[in-house]
Amino acid sequence: MKIRSMILAGAALATLSAFTAQAAETIKIAFVDPLSGPFASTGSSGLQQFRYAVDELVNKKGGVLGGRMFEIVAYDNKMSPKESLIQFKRAIGEGVHFIAQGNSSGVANALTDAIKKHNKRNPDNRALFLNYSAVDPVLTNAKCNFWHFRFDANADIKMNALTDVIKVNTDIKKIYLIGQDYSFGKAVAAAAVRFLGEKRPDIEIVGNELHPIGKVKDFTPYATKIRASGADAVITGNWGADMVGLGKAIGDTGLEIPIYTYYAANDGITKTIGAGGKNKIRLVHEGPLNPPRTEAYKAYHSGFKAKNPDKDISQFRIVNTIQMLAAAIEKAGSDKPIDVARALEGMKFTTLHGEEIVMRAEDHQMLQPIHISVHTDENITFDSDNSGFGLLVEKSVPASDAALPTTCKMKRPS
Amino acid sequence: MFELIFFSLLNGIVTGLLLFMLASGLTLIFSMMGVLNFAHASFYMLGAYFAYTISEYVGFWPGLIIAPVLVGVLGALIERYGLRYVHRWGHVAELIFTFGLAFLIEEVVSFIWGKETKAYQEPEILQFALFTFFGQDFPAYKAFMIFISIAICIALLLVLTRTRIGLIIQAAISHPNMTAMLGHNVPFVFMGVFGVGCALAGLAGVIAGPALTTFPGMAVVLGSIVFVIVVVGGLGSLGGAFVASLIIGLMQTFAISLDYSVSDILSVLNITPDSEGALRDLWTLSLPQVAPILPYLLLVLILIFRPTGLFGKRES
Repeated sequence: MKIRSMILAGAALATLSAFTAQAAETIKIAFVDPLSGPFASTGSSGLQQFRYAVDELVNKKGGVLGGRMFEIVAYDNKMSPKESLIQFKRAIGEGVHFIAQGNSSGVANALTDAIKKHNKRNPDNRALFLNYSAVDPVLTNAKCNFWHFRFDANADIKMNALTDVIKVNTDIKKIYLIGQDYSFGKAVAAAAVRFLGEKRPDIEIVGNELHPIGKVKDFTPYATKIRASGADAVITGNWGADMVGLGKAIGDTGLEIPIYTYYAANDGITKTIGAGGKNKIRLVHEGPLNPPRTEAYKAYHSGFKAKNPDKDISQFRIVNTIQMLAAAIEKAGSDKPIDVARALEGMKFTTLHGEEIVMRAEDHQMLQPIHISVHTDENITFDSDNSGFGLLVEKSVPASDAALPTTCKMKRPS
Repeated sequence: MFELIFFSLLNGIVTGLLLFMLASGLTLIFSMMGVLNFAHASFYMLGAYFAYTISEYVGFWPGLIIAPVLVGVLGALIERYGLRYVHRWGHVAELIFTFGLAFLIEEVVSFIWGKETKAYQEPEILQFALFTFFGQDFPAYKAFMIFISIAICIALLLVLTRTRIGLIIQAAISHPNMTAMLGHNVPFVFMGVFGVGCALAGLAGVIAGPALTTFPGMAVVLGSIVFVIVVVGGLGSLGGAFVASLIIGLMQTFAISLDYSVSDILSVLNITPDSEGALRDLWTLSLPQVAPILPYLLLVLILIFRPTGLFGKRES
């Protein structure tokens, strides 16, 4: 009898706490990214950055809509599109309407289709896709849809900015392209071929190589090939363990050429590459880290490091994603995905770095200034991986120059 | 071209010998105990992480000795108190046990050391180019890897063929029951072999960690390939494992280095493939793209045409 009443009391308590949780009505954001497997480091670092951004920039400032807090709910998708769809269903089942995903365009392609379909079938229970990092151009071109918003610059925009820099470097006559064999890697290669052809037709592309993603254990054969091709520069979209391996292998062969990359920093990459990559590795990215431009950013970065000494703010776009989502919810006066989506369209925003960015209404692609930084240990205020090495901005391309037209024909829900 | 072949040959040997260190332990364990140890590559990863942590405090060289010993002891303990206990429910239980163990070790590693890549570096004394050929450096560390692997290989061969322990191990591989009847403590031999096999995998991890980067996914990228080697080489055959390791190491590096596609082969035969048909993707498929599946192709072919493997003796 006693046990029974205890169970009853427990059940009552559980229901009660469920109700109080509902009363507070947090706005949940699903984080659907790899938290295990070869790319877990990228995923878990993104998760920490989301959590900090939410706490620091939204919850500590009193939340949105008069006191509603943000909450990040993590879903491990193991970087598989199939698993992501299961996790998406799970998130919907748990009452989450904002889906943040970024690692792998393969996953993003699957998710954007699934969310579009889901929203069509369930107009009362829609979801919004906050793509903070998947940069396959097709997502905001042929496959664009109203529920997808991309906060990172797409691969074409980054390549456009990068080739603007390569254009004026007359030392470069031969370029080697290498990337991971999936939609993003192919998009980078295609963009490189296209823009180099337009801007520097004299540059010879001496290699255009795709390797299996996350399966190469030793990049030395690739480095040997790059060396043998006589390339003056390498362009790669590699990320995670694939970037570390490639950077290290190229360093080992003693090649002294610039390596233009999209993601060769943080999550152990900077530290592993270390002195071997000094003044060699270059990165195309958003958010100018060094030298820092505003006090607001300095404070934010220092606060993050104090709380997560082992992590870095490697994806500044996460900050923009959270801030703009909060601003859009405030502007819409509602957290219904459709209202938030309408508010996000065309939204102008000033980032913590003091940069003006805008979410283009036409295709939901963020237009923002692009920076090309070099891996070095000189003049670094905020280093990466606590290694003393970090990214120093060399060139900046304004948002208007980096932007590219879109082929998107957006269908908006009535 | 010569430059490419020369360096591919060297790289292939480095990879092949590294694979052999993993495969030698696995093939002994497999043939003795009939257990396909799915966690074998996880011990390789543990070796790298142990050595990384040790190198943080006392440098690379002590780690080279201590880490494999730690991994070996851990392996022996797992055999004694895990595998042997599970054994009573048959091979399927053992298989599932090692399968679960592989996941467990990966999770524990990322729990303790975190998920990011660890900056486990070569010792400074080996951070130079051994020689430069056609302007390309060959790192001294790679030569060191070759040296260690060959030394281990010779030591293993001597122990197995020239010592009493080796004799018992060989006997236990081919006739386990008979060996037990003769009064040898076969379970103890099993534990020892399992431990030494794990220690070898650990040593492979120690020397591969700095060269191939140390991260929680390092076991996964190597795991399946080691099984291919064991099957291709033949169960219980160290010689077979050695040859298969080198074949696969060389095959993978050369497949990456040589840019030939299906259409190149066809054009030699004066056939022009149509560039519009449903099979057009097949014609543009290049050797580097199929490089990762070549070992598995070899596995399938071996299983069809020579199920005992290249040097295998035992049918079952």
